[in-house]
Amino acid sequence: MSVLIYIELDNGSIKKTSLETVAYGAKVAELTSTTAVVLALGSAESTELEKAGHYGAAKVLHAADGKLDHENNLAYADALVQAAQLEGSKIIILPKSGLGDAVAARAAAKLKAGIVSGVTALPDTSSTFKVTRSIFTGKAFAVTEITSDIKVLVVRKNAVEIDESSLISTSATIEPFNPSLRDSDFQATVVSVEKADSELSLTEAEIIVSGGRGMKGPEHWQPLVDLAKALGAATGCSKPVSDLDWRPHHEHIGQTGIKVAPNLYIACGISGAIQHLAGVNGSKCIVVINKDPEAPFFKAADYGIVGDVFEVLPKLTAAAKSLK
Amino acid sequence: MKILVCITNVPDTTAKITFTDNDTKFNKNGVQYIIGPYDDYALARGVELREATGGSLTVLHVGEADADPQIRKALAIGADDAIRVNAAPIDSYFTAAQIAHIASQNQYDLILMGRESIDYNSGVVHGLVGEMLGIASYSPVMKLDIEGNTATITREIDGGKEILKAPLPLVLGCQEPISEWKIPNMRGIMTARTKPLNVVEPVGQATLTAPEKYMSPPPKGACKMIPASEAETLIRLLQTEAKVL
Ligand SMILES: Cc1cc2nc3c(=O)[nH]c(=O)nc-3n(C[C@H](O)[C@H](O)[C@H](O)COP(=O)(O)OP(=O)(O)OC[C@H]3O[C@@H](n4cnc5c(N)ncnc54)[C@H](O)[C@@H]3O)c2cc1C
Ligand SMILES: Nc1ncnc2c1ncn2[C@@H]1O[C@H](COP(=O)(O)O)[C@@H](O)[C@H]1O
Repeated sequence: MSVLIYIELDNGSIKKTSLETVAYGAKVAELTSTTAVVLALGSAESTELEKAGHYGAAKVLHAADGKLDHENNLAYADALVQAAQLEGSKIIILPKSGLGDAVAARAAAKLKAGIVSGVTALPDTSSTFKVTRSIFTGKAFAVTEITSDIKVLVVRKNAVEIDESSLISTSATIEPFNPSLRDSDFQATVVSVEKADSELSLTEAEIIVSGGRGMKGPEHWQPLVDLAKALGAATGCSKPVSDLDWRPHHEHIGQTGIKVAPNLYIACGISGAIQHLAGVNGSKCIVVINKDPEAPFFKAADYGIVGDVFEVLPKLTAAAKSLK
Repeated sequence: MKILVCITNVPDTTAKITFTDNDTKFNKNGVQYIIGPYDDYALARGVELREATGGSLTVLHVGEADADPQIRKALAIGADDAIRVNAAPIDSYFTAAQIAHIASQNQYDLILMGRESIDYNSGVVHGLVGEMLGIASYSPVMKLDIEGNTATITREIDGGKEILKAPLPLVLGCQEPISEWKIPNMRGIMTARTKPLNVVEPVGQATLTAPEKYMSPPPKGACKMIPASEAETLIRLLQTEAKVL
């Protein structure tokens, strides 16, 4: 009957967003008077997986088969369904990501489960089972009832608050899990994988420094990168910037790009078009630097500086360096 | 090659999102509708593949008659024919079941969708349809080439991308830069008028989720302005006031 939580690993470490999902799932387990079980797919050390316990999980099912090290939504969905059947889980929880959505969808279809993606808060289980989700790219929210017996929830970042003090000391027990994997799930061959490993990923980052067309060209990005380094931040950009190939496509933030929800988003030379705002409206604090006082982004900002990015950025970097 | 492109009918990306009837209905008043931007990428790539390899391209929409102008636009861009399943697409599972039903009757080699719809932003319909049909699904796809029975796909992964080769049939959720959005030309608009748009009734599939109430985000507080000459004070405010550093 347990709540089953699917997590994502990055080189054997649990992603930060996935730890949040574990905390979310553990709270749902509490609300529904059951336990939280985590499913981990691919190679990882037990000492790493035990951490799920600190976030409230009782047990981790670990499918350590090396075939699962490569992101494979088909095999992951098969494994998830088998884990759900083994555990008799009625509630399945995944973190929101391209992969999380893909796995959730295939698992929901196999289990004939209602699926809601983009959940932003804990469910209301007082009478029926209701969740709040983000819609219209964060421009609104919907309260949605899930009526099926089995329920699949794909959860956004910041859906629960976790502070370090709420972590518990118990480790989760690790149980080996051997799902039967189908050959048909491995029909695709991987030609190449290109991953900027040293870079902090945008969806995981707590701070993002992002640049728009106001940065004038790829050769002028250094001041922005310097600030990002000083703050331990990831770098992002607006759509025209990635369209012009000034920056890689995976940095493109907005309605048609990545949706981010960091603690701090610093926008440099970005006008604040509604399609860009749609990708950042989950941020806790927004700083806008723009030389045009009428730039629409200021309306969505918490702090603003009207000025030239090339004068302002070095000052911020110097101040950020002196913090530590 | 037989291609199916699934499109959504969504408010323009600049539309103001408000609700009526005690926050139980989306307020369509004054809202301009468009083909979902991601679906538009899928359609553009579909049209290119259709032109390069021959065969056919069908567009499919699950929704009501107010979507017909957008369906006609897809025909004008280059689809050969269209199917509309006449039902409100309220739930992802229900919508996917309709698409899977149409697909199961037609043996498409390639089913192209957007990475996500921009109204309910789920990013799940492709995976649901793939599983319902028992074929592979991938998303988000940034590049797609077909050679014989094999697709070469560039898929975005966290912090990068990877290239896969996979046998057809496939369901793919597309995003840029897979192709450039296409604008219909005069000839396309003329011929679209006579291309078939078949309206069919939905198959029985219960909805498994039901939206109950909508909410707008809380209003944003005022923006605190800091003079550029004192830019460095921002860092202190972020640390002590906003507590985000
Ligand atoms: C369907 C659709 C989807 C879209 N999706 C996205 C999306 O996902 N993400 C996205 O970003 N956009 C998206 N767009 C594009 C969006 O509408 C805007 O065109 C885009 O966000 C503008 O990018 P920008 O702010 O970098 O450039 P601009 O609008 O050109 O703004 C540049 C800004 O820099 C400022 N500036 C110039 N020089 C300086 C300087 N020296 N110092 C300080 N400030 C300076 C200017 O005052 C200006 O405000 C989409 C558009 C459509 C139609
Ligand atoms: N009502 C619909 N009719 C046709 N295709 C749809 C519909 N809803 C979603 N899709 C397709 O599925 C993709 C993903 O949608 P979603 O899971 O809602 O984000 C969209 O980009 C469309 O290609």
